[in-house]
Amino acid sequence: MTKNFAAEIGDTAKLLADDPIWLVLIKVVGIFAFLVVMTLFMINWERKVVARMQHRPGPNRVGPNGWLQSLADGLKLAFKEDIRPVLADKWVFFLAPVISCIPAFLAFSVIPLAGEVNMFGQQTALQLVDLPVGVLVVLACSSIGVYGIVLSGWASGSPYPLLGALRSAAQVISYEIAMGLSIVAVIMFTGSMSTGDIVGAQASTVLGFAPGWFGLLLFPSFAIYVVSMVGETNRAPFDLPEAESELVGGFHTEYSSLKFALFFLAEYVNMVTVSALATTLFLGGYHAPWSGDFLNTGWWGLLWFIIKTLAFLFLFIWLRGTLPRLRYDQFMKLGWKVLVPTSLVWIMAVAVIRTGAIQQLSTAQRLIALGVVVGLVLLVSFLLPDKKVQDTKGVPLAGSGFPVPPLDLAVPKSAPKRKVKVANIPKDTAAVTTGKEAE
Amino acid sequence: MSLPAVDVLSQFLAQQPEPVQRVVDTVTTGEAIAFWVLGPLALAGALGMLFARNAVHSALWLVVTMLSLGVLYMIQQAPFLGFVQIIVYTGAIMMLFLFVLMMVGRDSSDSVVEVIRGQRLAAALLGIGFAVLMVGSVGRALTSVQSKGLAEANTTNGGNVGNIGTKLFTDYLFAFELTSALLITAALGAMILAFVGRDGKPARKTQKELVEERFQEGKRVGSIPGPGVFATANSVATPALLPDGSVSEESLFEVIEATDSSTLSDDLAEVAGTGHQPDSHALKGSES
Repeated sequence: MTKNFAAEIGDTAKLLADDPIWLVLIKVVGIFAFLVVMTLFMINWERKVVARMQHRPGPNRVGPNGWLQSLADGLKLAFKEDIRPVLADKWVFFLAPVISCIPAFLAFSVIPLAGEVNMFGQQTALQLVDLPVGVLVVLACSSIGVYGIVLSGWASGSPYPLLGALRSAAQVISYEIAMGLSIVAVIMFTGSMSTGDIVGAQASTVLGFAPGWFGLLLFPSFAIYVVSMVGETNRAPFDLPEAESELVGGFHTEYSSLKFALFFLAEYVNMVTVSALATTLFLGGYHAPWSGDFLNTGWWGLLWFIIKTLAFLFLFIWLRGTLPRLRYDQFMKLGWKVLVPTSLVWIMAVAVIRTGAIQQLSTAQRLIALGVVVGLVLLVSFLLPDKKVQDTKGVPLAGSGFPVPPLDLAVPKSAPKRKVKVANIPKDTAAVTTGKEAE
Repeated sequence: MSLPAVDVLSQFLAQQPEPVQRVVDTVTTGEAIAFWVLGPLALAGALGMLFARNAVHSALWLVVTMLSLGVLYMIQQAPFLGFVQIIVYTGAIMMLFLFVLMMVGRDSSDSVVEVIRGQRLAAALLGIGFAVLMVGSVGRALTSVQSKGLAEANTTNGGNVGNIGTKLFTDYLFAFELTSALLITAALGAMILAFVGRDGKPARKTQKELVEERFQEGKRVGSIPGPGVFATANSVATPALLPDGSVSEESLFEVIEATDSSTLSDDLAEVAGTGHQPDSHALKGSES
């Protein structure tokens, strides 16, 4: 099959094509270990950072500075009693955590961790596979991962998990659309869906100094992706499927022991994966912020990649520590009425700009195109109805028993000023005050 | 006297099969292995979908079939089609099916009442017609269609994805637009069916308006006090106490207040401390 793709594949795919089996196996194990360690680290880091934001110490007992807390918790979780509710659907209840976990790991196989490196005497790229449709692999994996959540909710046979599962299904389907649309602009600029090519396209600099990352060039896409990646991973402030104050634990209420651990693992691995994809698509992947340097070659790429991914993971924690949970209808409104239309308009704009760049339009033609766009925007802005201005001067009517002046209160005129000077007042009226002096 | 469709069909069936030439692509060992793994899996999924008792299990079996088909596409040099199959069919459409099935509930069984007259007859006729079509097309595909392979399409002119895009927006543009019109119509229809009109009703209040209204009506703004559970006793019948020690009327649960006090005598005794208390006899295990 590789022979047939020869004319189409990028450099990364060519590098990867002659990997021996043992190297592929090493990479598989390496990626698995990386994700599991990142999960253990993330749980601890999240607890510590959120604790710091709330002025408390956080976990500090197990291991050096408490950094082994999540490992201890994980080990304890494995030895807990595995409970299955009587009403649960036996097989689906068992399968659901597995279904949510496997795609989470699978999606990471297309993420480029570093460029060309030398592994045990073999020139290769630090990436498991580079498919011509790499970005779609991540989307496909996330859409399979939802099955885990939905089925766990249904199979538990109890109302709260079911409600959590229904929310989750609607949420992920809605936000997957926004996510897919935000990726489109990147694909249009790169002309390829392979993750290796997308990172390669961001190697150059723009204007001589700024890195040519799509996060800067296509900022609206980047913003939409970041919002939808939080929605896609069910994290705060979009953690409606497991809203503690509304749904107990949401879809995993009835789960315990290792099955619960699998859900936990899947959530954190998903976070790492979407962060890594954000790095790949918008922050130049394994490239250093500057180009053409020793620090931009070989294994150094892994360092930049991890730093960027950790920055996104910190954003997840920061959001969780800062924002309250959205109401469900607000959340849906944000997805369908803000993110999706914005994305569509932005893709149109990118397409027009790209066509202009490819067709080598003259300055006059570009100006005409710009004029048409400005005219359209003006037309739309004229058609929009004015916002209703609320009367802010009115006194609020109160029925709460507080003494509030009546609406038609007429302020009485102040008392007339004295016309006569004190010195001229006749003596007998001032007798009370001057009586003492008279004595 | 014959219908034109029958003419076409008879001509189609009378065609001489052309000589088979398929040397463009060879089936590699890996592809063969994958087929013999995925083929039975897809078939098992389809059979499981038909024979599963539970509607959700049925849907899951169908997911297995769709996933197998998606992977088969990928192996047959159509990676884009394979992943789109997984994203669109498995990820979105089957998810919506599951959504509806979960809403319906797990205990609803199939209805055996025929609501359309002549349902079975029509189903049988359509089924036979479909079978004829399938046999005809598969037979033709096996005998007379030349395998062209995707080697050329995957390497020239922008590769797999680029070629699909070109075909879709040039040769098959009309079909594509028709499909999108169909989908938009379906979406609009669904919206109209699901739309609950607000005619005559005032516009929905915003959160700010609701908050202001709540404060202006002079109602209690905070939440009502809970029962005094855990304070003195483990019973919801225990009222909450106000700072001056009096009972807060708002914390009383009306159902409990309406209950005859004799049925709650155990709780009352527990709260008052007059019930059975463990004493030193409890240590010996039997009262003596």
